[in-house]
Amino acid sequence: MSEPRPAGFRAIALAVAWRSIHNFLTNPAFLVPALVFPLFFFVSFAGGLSGIANVPGFDFPTGYTAFQFVFVLLQSAAFGGVFTGFGIARDFETGFAQRYLLAASNRNGIVAGYAFAALVRTVITWTVLTVVALVAGMQIDGSGIDLFGLYALALLVNLAATMWAAGVAMRVRSIQGGPLMQFPTFLVLFLAPVYVPLSLLSGWIHAVASVNPVTALLEAGRGFISGDPTAIALAFAIGATLPVLFALWARGGLRRAEAAG
Amino acid sequence: MSGSLRTQVGQLAHRSVLRTLRQPAQIVPALIFPLFLLAVNSGGLKEATNLPGFPTDSYLTFALAVPFMQGALFSVMNAGTDLARDIETGFLNRLALTPLRGAALLSGLLAGAVVLGLLQAVTYLVVGLTAGAELAAGVPGALMIVALSVTITVAFGTIGLFAALRTGSGEAVQSLFPVFFVFLFLSSMALPLDLLQTTWFHDVASANPVSYLLQAFRSLLIEGWNVGDLALGFGIAAAILALGMYAASAALKTRLVRT
Repeated sequence: MSEPRPAGFRAIALAVAWRSIHNFLTNPAFLVPALVFPLFFFVSFAGGLSGIANVPGFDFPTGYTAFQFVFVLLQSAAFGGVFTGFGIARDFETGFAQRYLLAASNRNGIVAGYAFAALVRTVITWTVLTVVALVAGMQIDGSGIDLFGLYALALLVNLAATMWAAGVAMRVRSIQGGPLMQFPTFLVLFLAPVYVPLSLLSGWIHAVASVNPVTALLEAGRGFISGDPTAIALAFAIGATLPVLFALWARGGLRRAEAAG
Repeated sequence: MSGSLRTQVGQLAHRSVLRTLRQPAQIVPALIFPLFLLAVNSGGLKEATNLPGFPTDSYLTFALAVPFMQGALFSVMNAGTDLARDIETGFLNRLALTPLRGAALLSGLLAGAVVLGLLQAVTYLVVGLTAGAELAAGVPGALMIVALSVTITVAFGTIGLFAALRTGSGEAVQSLFPVFFVFLFLSSMALPLDLLQTTWFHDVASANPVSYLLQAFRSLLIEGWNVGDLALGFGIAAAILALGMYAASAALKTRLVRT
C-alpha cells in the first residue's frame, strides 16, 4: 500500500481558509461586527458630516457620501485583515494553530489560507457596504474600470493588513496582542485626510497626512469613484509594496511560532 | 446613612477604587483613546469652523466635549466588567452569604467609576486647555465640567452594573461597547445640531440625549454660563443614574434569588 501524499500548499491553504470562513459565517459574534461596524462608520460620517461639503474650498462634485465611502471601504479592508489576525491569535491560544503547524507539510499554506479567508470575509462586507451606499443615494462618476481600480486598491490594503496582523499574532500567540494589531492600523488610517481633502488640512495633521501612505491610497480611491483618476501609479506602488513587506513580517512571525513549537 | 451601611459601602468602595487603580488596562485606554480622537478630529475638521453658523472659531474647543462622553462609555465597560468578574469568580455568591445590603454593593462598586471619572475629566480638561481650547466659563466652569463629567460617568456606570447583573458575563458587557458608540456617533458629536444637513441624521441626533449632554459641556466651553443647557445636561444624567440604579437593583435581587 502506498504512503498517502502530503497535502500541498493549495490544499493546506484551502483547508485553513474553509475553517476560518466557516467560523466567520456561523458565529454571529464575528459576523455581525464585521458587517455592522463599517456600515455604522459610513452612516455616521456620510450622514453626520455631510455639511462639511459646504466648507469653502471643498471640491468633490461626486458628493460627500462617495467621499466617505472610499475611506470606509479601505477601513473595512484593513480591519477585515486585523480581525483575521484576532482569529489567528485565538487559534494559537486554543492550541489549534499548533496542530496546523504539526500537520502542514508547507506552513506557508497556513498563512495563505488565513489571507484567503480575510479576503472572503472582506468581500462580504464590501458587498453589503456597497449596496447600502447605493441605496442611500451614493453617486458614482467613475467608469467600471475606475471602480475595478478602487476595489483592487482595497484588496491590496486587505492583504497588507492581514499580513501585518498575522505577523503580530504569530509572534504574540495570544489575543492579548489584539491592541497591537488594531491600534497602529487605526492610527495610520485616521492620520490621513479622512474628513476633508489634504489641501484643506493644516498644521501638524497636514504634515503627518502628507507623508502617510494611506493618503495616496485614499486620494487615488476618491479619484476612481469620481471618474478623475489621481496619483494611480503612486497608490498602486504603495499598495503593492505594503503586502510584500508585511508578508516578510508574517513569514518572520511564522518562523517564531515554529520555533516556539 | 446608618453606621453599618456606611461601613459596608466604605469597604466595597475601597476595594473598587483599588481595583480600578491597579488595572492600567482599564485606565490607560480610557485616557489615551479619547485624547487621540480629539487630536485627530480637531485637526481634520478644523475647516468646519468656516461653515456659516458654527458657534466658535476653534474646533478644538467644540470637540473637547466629546472625550468626556467617550470616557463615560469606558465607565460602562469598566464597572460592568469588574462586577461580571465578581459573578464569574463566585465572589458575589460569597457576598450574598453576608448581611451586605444591595444598595451598599451597588454604591460601593460605583466608587471605582467616580475615581476614574475624576481622573478622566481632569486629564481631558488639562490636555484640552493646554492644547489651546477656550473655556468661556472660567475656573468655576472647569469645576462644573468636572462635576458634570463625574455625574455622567457614574450614571453610565450603573448601566454597566445592570448589564453585568443581568448577564453575569464580562464578554456580554464588553459587547455593549459598540451599542453605546452608536449613541455617541449618532449625535451632534462632530457638528452642531443646526448644521446637520441630512434630515434623518438631524432627527436622530435631536432625539438622542447624548447631543444634550455634549451641549451642556459645550455651553461652558464656548458660551459661558447657560443655565438651560446645564440643567438639561444634569437632568438627563440624573435620569440615567436613577433608571440605571433602579434597573441594577432589580437585577441584583433576581441574581441573588438565583444564587
